[in-house]
Amino acid sequence: MSTEAAEAAMTTASPMVEAIGVRKVYGRNEVLKSIDLTVQQGEVVSLLGPSGSGKSTFLRCINHLERVDGGEISVNGHLVGYRRAHGKKYELRRKEIAAARRDVGMVFQRFNLFPHRTAIENVMEAPLFVKRRNRDEVRKQAQNLLDRVGLADHADAYPTTLSGGQQQRVAIARALAMEPTLMLFDEPTSALDPELVGEVLDVMKGLAEEGMTMIVVTHEIGFAREVCNRVVFMDGGVIVEQGVPDEVFGNPQHARTQSFLSKVL
Amino acid sequence: MSVEAAVDSPVAHADEPIVRLRHPWRWVAVAVIALFLAQAIVFAVTNDKLRWDLVWGYLFEESILRGLWMTVKLTVVAMVVGVVLGTVLAVMRLSDNPVFRAVAGGYVWIFRGTPILVQLLFWFFLGTVLPTITIGIPFGPDFGSWATNTVISQFTAAILGLGLNEAAYMAEIVRAGIGSVDQGQSEAAEALGMSPATTYRRVVLPQAARLIVPPTANQTISMLKLTSLVLVIGLPELTTTVQLIYGRNLQQIPMLLVASIWYLVLTTLLTIVQSRLEKRMSRGVSRSGTERRKLFTRQGGRS
Repeated sequence: MSTEAAEAAMTTASPMVEAIGVRKVYGRNEVLKSIDLTVQQGEVVSLLGPSGSGKSTFLRCINHLERVDGGEISVNGHLVGYRRAHGKKYELRRKEIAAARRDVGMVFQRFNLFPHRTAIENVMEAPLFVKRRNRDEVRKQAQNLLDRVGLADHADAYPTTLSGGQQQRVAIARALAMEPTLMLFDEPTSALDPELVGEVLDVMKGLAEEGMTMIVVTHEIGFAREVCNRVVFMDGGVIVEQGVPDEVFGNPQHARTQSFLSKVL
Repeated sequence: MSVEAAVDSPVAHADEPIVRLRHPWRWVAVAVIALFLAQAIVFAVTNDKLRWDLVWGYLFEESILRGLWMTVKLTVVAMVVGVVLGTVLAVMRLSDNPVFRAVAGGYVWIFRGTPILVQLLFWFFLGTVLPTITIGIPFGPDFGSWATNTVISQFTAAILGLGLNEAAYMAEIVRAGIGSVDQGQSEAAEALGMSPATTYRRVVLPQAARLIVPPTANQTISMLKLTSLVLVIGLPELTTTVQLIYGRNLQQIPMLLVASIWYLVLTTLLTIVQSRLEKRMSRGVSRSGTERRKLFTRQGGRS
């Protein structure tokens, strides 16, 4: 709490993501037990932890793909999923939730590209049918984005004809097409063959260098160490430890962090 | 011989010719089937009681063509009603709204749970229990009123009976189609900021459509023949017309052949439309190059 307050005081910008006491329960299983986390604008934060530690669930809560059962999350100063008024939180309509998500891009473990559309159509879909922008303009932007992720030559390919790494790069371009201010990555390289991981991480590294605020659930310790400003280690639904990568990886304070790192490093 | 020489050298083994698996029983099956087929052809050609001249003569006869047209009309309209209403019902059934879910569930329960023949007769005889149809606010003012028997003609009763029944079956087909689209697809769409309606229209339904086409084609072909049930409310479609004719000329089999030929023609057309649609819908879905294997292929397996 005090370290977060100090961090917030150091930077003048308002926090991009602010989670306070977030709880999530599936039946009797409490997957998130009061998570507090503040992510500043331009920060690149990775969430680490064993599977089942709740890191993916927390990431999905930020985008309201999961409803929080306690506490609250704000993105860009806006409460996620609710509207505060008269000392109460009123649930938003699904349309309003959809509108709020436009500033947050998400990349999934299994890519989730639309299989009935080509690479460029995947990228164009949301600007065309959510923002209702001009088709020629959108096509130009989509072509640029595909170029940026190194897939300019594959614009007209259907997802099934692309490799996993190429599909994930299209998925990143698709998320960027909505010009988000925050990007969420849910284990973006876990479904990839080892030799394809690098090309996806390179694209993400480029994004980080351009100042994109990113929260990345990952098992790629190398990426976390090299690219992230902060790593957050979660286990059993709580944040066990967090700090700059060199500190957490080099001198983990907590026994659970130590045992996890000894297995993955 | 040279064969023994080849055995000695391991390098030569690699070049030995491959003898493909033969299928002698396929030839036996062909012989048996050919025998039966020949007998059937001989029967069809030599039996003058089949009256092929009559079949040919009636095939394009005016009342037959009128009946055929009625069959086509009933099939198309009933299927349009069925597909549109069925899709609405399926979306309702998968909605978060418990009222929608209950209404759609109740609809399917009633219309799938009673015989279609009963439903046809029900709409036809509706006028006996509900003499006038009134549009207005329940227990409030009326905006207009019509005699039931003028609103629900034979054709309307047939469409109501066939179409509303079909909607119940289509609802289940569409629901299964939507259900088999990966959850990640709607999550990705929602994460991009799409509203629920846009997600359905742009992402879920186009993918569900690919899975819905084959069973829907099946339903259409089935509907084509189900239309003959409108016989009970006296609407002259193909089968009814044929029955009327053989009632007079007592040539049952030749007349039934006339109907069968037309049904086969229509079914064939529908099958062609189906395979065209399926090809169009399979955009982006990898189909491993399953070229049709020949019956007596010498180079079976990978070439």
